[in-house]
Amino acid sequence: MTVEITRPDAPDAFVAVRDLRVHFPTEDGLVRSVDGLSFRLDRGRTLGIVGESGSGKSVTSLAVLGLHNRRTARISGEIWLDGEELVAAPPERVRALRGKKMAMIFQDPLSSMHPYYTVGAQIVEAYRIHNDVSRKVARKHAIEMLGRVGIPQPARRVDDYPHQFSGGMRQRAMIAMALSCDPELLIADEPTTALDVTVQAQILDLIRDLQRDFDTAVIVITHDLGVVAELADDVLVMYAGRAVEYGGADDLFERPEHPYAWGLLGSMPRLDREPAERLLPIRGTPPSLINVPPGCAFHPRCAYCELTGGLSTTEVPPLTETAGGHLVACHLAPEKRREIWENDVRPTLESR
Amino acid sequence: MSLQVAESAIQQAEHADEAGGGLWREAFRRLVRKPAAIIGAIFVAIFVIVAVFAPLIAPYSPTATDLSQIKGPGHIPGPSSTHWLGLDDLGRDVFSRMIYGARQSLVVGVVSMAFGMVGGIILGLLAGGLGGWVDATIMRFVDMMLAIPGLLFAIGIAAMLGQSLVSVMIAIGVVNIPVFARLLRGQMLAQREADYALAAKSLGVKRSRIILGHVFPNSLSPVIVQGTLTLATAIIEAAGLAFLGLSGADPAIPEWGRMLADTQKFLTSAPQLVFYPGIAIVLSALGFTLLGESLREALDPKNRR
Ligand SMILES: Nc1ncnc2c1ncn2[C@@H]1O[C@H](COP(=O)(O)OP(=O)(O)OP(=O)(O)O)[C@@H](O)[C@H]1O
Ligand code: SF4
Ligand SMILES: [Mg+2]
Repeated sequence: MTVEITRPDAPDAFVAVRDLRVHFPTEDGLVRSVDGLSFRLDRGRTLGIVGESGSGKSVTSLAVLGLHNRRTARISGEIWLDGEELVAAPPERVRALRGKKMAMIFQDPLSSMHPYYTVGAQIVEAYRIHNDVSRKVARKHAIEMLGRVGIPQPARRVDDYPHQFSGGMRQRAMIAMALSCDPELLIADEPTTALDVTVQAQILDLIRDLQRDFDTAVIVITHDLGVVAELADDVLVMYAGRAVEYGGADDLFERPEHPYAWGLLGSMPRLDREPAERLLPIRGTPPSLINVPPGCAFHPRCAYCELTGGLSTTEVPPLTETAGGHLVACHLAPEKRREIWENDVRPTLESR
Repeated sequence: MSLQVAESAIQQAEHADEAGGGLWREAFRRLVRKPAAIIGAIFVAIFVIVAVFAPLIAPYSPTATDLSQIKGPGHIPGPSSTHWLGLDDLGRDVFSRMIYGARQSLVVGVVSMAFGMVGGIILGLLAGGLGGWVDATIMRFVDMMLAIPGLLFAIGIAAMLGQSLVSVMIAIGVVNIPVFARLLRGQMLAQREADYALAAKSLGVKRSRIILGHVFPNSLSPVIVQGTLTLATAIIEAAGLAFLGLSGADPAIPEWGRMLADTQKFLTSAPQLVFYPGIAIVLSALGFTLLGESLREALDPKNRR
């Protein structure tokens, strides 16, 4: 066993990401998928990362697990996990942490499992990487895990192939695989997007229960604010590779201050309404990450851009604290933002 | 929308219950529903059974001559009740020779295909698994080989190795190496980017194990399909080399390509002698091609329900 030495400058949070940048040099130019992202997370807590497609959510999660190809991705900044820095750590060290200390569940469980191996064999393999046990013991553990995640008749289903499982069962099996070595950090990247609504709710319940039992730190990545409302303690709103708003879930849902977050809330499906009338999409499209708009990257789509005296189009707004632990990156004065939210945005959202 | 999702979930669940095994079993189930596959399989089965049980099926020895039937120089007796396909110019039973010829063709086809496949898998695995300069070097070499026309290349190798059946098999094998190598390498490069490879990596599986244990087995199906198709071309190529006299085998041992070569001088007087080996080559090759193409379709994920 390697002794983990905690560096003196290590942050006290269980997970701390500091100024993370993930850039991809491509033929068309440098893709700045993640550009200066920081967040922290403690054991037993859940961070929700939200943002439209292409905002850099998956790239962030892959960076935390060290899954980017080192030849094609340029990564800088710091990723601390339980006192260990991972960006500069040797790849073999990070590999040893994967599965054991941190694990991930993916969006599409069918394509994320190997088609030729049984579900059980895949859990056995995951378990035996980090635990020196016989196949028999590992198989017992696999059956136990399948039972834990709510698969009926686990002793029989353990020998099934992934395609013999239904979508929801597969996601459960995927979770069993990810949790087989009791990771302390679990990243769930769109864990329920591929599932239908009732199964979605079951999977979210499952993640919550498992987190409580294992005291796991969870990062849930999604563009569905409903999932975040269900699970997250803290929320990070990403836009074009940066954080535009970051705070407690209450802050985000009750007192959001960033115009983009308002837009996301407006486009959040409300289950009590007819599909056609429950969406207020944000106008325009997400920016290219090769030519990110100058100043505030959101300005071409922002209805309040004019109110900042041209600052929005020239200077990148820093992420600053607006109230205890609630951070916002917008040039509008905090009072102005609160005023717009209370008098303008919130009434519109509630009346629709 | 959610209705659709629910419906598809139900369909999936039903499908999940009825499907009983791995992908190959599922592919097999699709295969037996294809008429082309059935026809191909019948041809292949006949060919293999005849080849394996040749001594039991053939009524005569392939080398025995029955001169009593030959009524003078240049007379080639046609089909009769004792000799179903007639005799050849030396008085040997054509039917028995055709049966024994199947044996020869099958051996040459299988051995040379296996040679090419194993060689191609080794090169493809090294290139697709290690990448970098190993990949670049191997692929340059493979591209060079692919630039030479196959049959010409095989003739060159066979001529260089000397006239023998073994050199024919090696020549055909070598010619087929690049196709297998290229196929496997391309498939592995694509599969390395697949979700399951990333998921395995996210669990801490070692790179070597991901490549050998996950990516490689999942990259083999096009190679196996190609193997079936190669059996067809190998049989034709073997016949071609024999036709050119490169197989160097004992002329007494029947071989379809050689029979074709030896009998072409009777094309006008006894055309059946040319017709039999010709049709045998075509049908056996057709069988493997039909089977291979159907297998390709059955394994194609796009055709999965
Ligand atoms: N390997 C790569 N090379 C070049 N660009 C990449 C690479 N991986 C991701 N990107 C780019 O980075 C951007 C962010 O991608 P990412 O997958 O993180 O988005 P996301 O927020 O997860 O979106 P979604 O909700 O669609 O999953 C995208 O524009 C994508 O094209
Ligand atoms: S900085 Fe300007 S453009 Fe950006 S969100 Fe704030 S108001 Fe809108
Ligand atoms: Mg994503």
